[in-house]
Amino acid sequence: MICQRCKKQQATVHLTEIRQNEKHERHLCEDCAKEEGVAFKPPMNLPDILSGLVEAHEAAGKEANLACPDCGITYAEFRNQGRLGCPHDYEVFAEPLHEVLEKVHGATEHAGKVPHRAGTDITAPRQLMQLRRQLQAAVENEKYEEAARLRDLIKDKESSGET
Amino acid sequence: MRLDDLITSPSPWLQPGGPQSDIVLSTRVRLARNVAGRPFTTRLRAEERQDLESYLKSAVLKAFGPKTIAWFELAGMSEVDRRCLVERHLISRELAAAEGPRGVAIDAAQQTALMAIEEDHVRLQVIFPGLQLEEAWRAADAADDRLESEVAYAFSPHLGYLTACPTNVGTGMRASVMLHLPSLVLTRQIEKVFRAVARMRLAVRGLYGEGTQATGDVYQISNQASLGRSEEDILKTLAAVIPQITSYEQQARAVLADESPAALDDRIYRSWGVLSNARTISSDETLMLLSAVRLGIHMGRLKGVDLGTVNELFLLTRPGHIQKQHGGELSEPDRDIARATYIRKHLGVA
Repeated sequence: MICQRCKKQQATVHLTEIRQNEKHERHLCEDCAKEEGVAFKPPMNLPDILSGLVEAHEAAGKEANLACPDCGITYAEFRNQGRLGCPHDYEVFAEPLHEVLEKVHGATEHAGKVPHRAGTDITAPRQLMQLRRQLQAAVENEKYEEAARLRDLIKDKESSGET
Repeated sequence: MRLDDLITSPSPWLQPGGPQSDIVLSTRVRLARNVAGRPFTTRLRAEERQDLESYLKSAVLKAFGPKTIAWFELAGMSEVDRRCLVERHLISRELAAAEGPRGVAIDAAQQTALMAIEEDHVRLQVIFPGLQLEEAWRAADAADDRLESEVAYAFSPHLGYLTACPTNVGTGMRASVMLHLPSLVLTRQIEKVFRAVARMRLAVRGLYGEGTQATGDVYQISNQASLGRSEEDILKTLAAVIPQITSYEQQARAVLADESPAALDDRIYRSWGVLSNARTISSDETLMLLSAVRLGIHMGRLKGVDLGTVNELFLLTRPGHIQKQHGGELSEPDRDIARATYIRKHLGVA
């Protein structure tokens, strides 16, 4: 079937519209469909957005080397995997992420549900994560007394609801 | 509750009788949550992952009570069982395919499920039959409150619930509605729906989520943005769009019945004919035929066939469930034979 608009190319986009219960069929080639803005384009996805931003930031180059002191992930690693390493990354990568959030959500501020426990010390969770890593290092280095002390400390902090 | 009982009992979201169930199969709300003070899933070391699994298991059982919810470890589960849970929409394909400690908690009604150590530490979901956005959100919200009584979440006042992927940050909510749109596919108008939906920051996916082909003319429509608006506002957008799509499907059904009744009936009855006579049949062909039969029942053109039976077949003919009924793994050709036999028996035409 030949495109009804340019009458040259093969029609690959077939549209059926129902207006007042009457059927109207149109057959267009890809180019004409695009020009008329009727070709279906899937919404932008995160990899596309991130790779689009890579170019914008490559010039500056500074974000790529940003690294989280807690989990160790760099911004370049995040960009490749599309997944962050820990909650603290949202602070470490705040600047480049701002743009990502703007593109994905059209917003950068939370407006929904707030957990009942919110409002407690936000540094406590980070401390807890650092303590856990210290505990692991202590076990690996066979410092068992130190490990026992850290384990108790973690348990205390967790059960006191400080997190 | 045993896993075998769960997999062999009817799936509540396929029960007919839900609001607008002629077009809307089910409504699902899922919340992404992470435990404060721990790295996200991909950065967990082996011991941390093990520790998180036991932590979540005891927190979930304490929050919901072991009589309400059962915990299943994924690591030791057979492939057929994992597949069945995916087909029932109780776990994601990602959780099924992942490695290492991970689990899922499921309530007896199979309405609430909490995946542990998926992309996020917790993916809580509630699934209802038919169109029930508000009800599903209320149930998910309540389940979230329960879990929160045991678990401190990673949360920031500015960005909301912090998630491994920035596409879920904020509410962490994805609300999705599963629609059966055979007439919009037949009249080739489905693309138009996709375009309209994409403009509203909503996403369209196939029956089994991201990257799956829409099979059986079943599509899922869900919110894309999770940040900057309240859960209620996000649901309002969906609640406004869904009736437009369903009325569009209704119009298309009317046009088909009006303009080409013979072609429509031919499609419905041929589908019925093949389903009740085939000796070997693939799962994709089954879905396609079931879709036409379901349309025929809803349009009142195919009488004497039970809607509940047909709805159930959408699930029970999937590869995992066919193998479960057989009692173990089957090669694809053997599965196709078992499926054809099962369908004939189920439809009472064996």
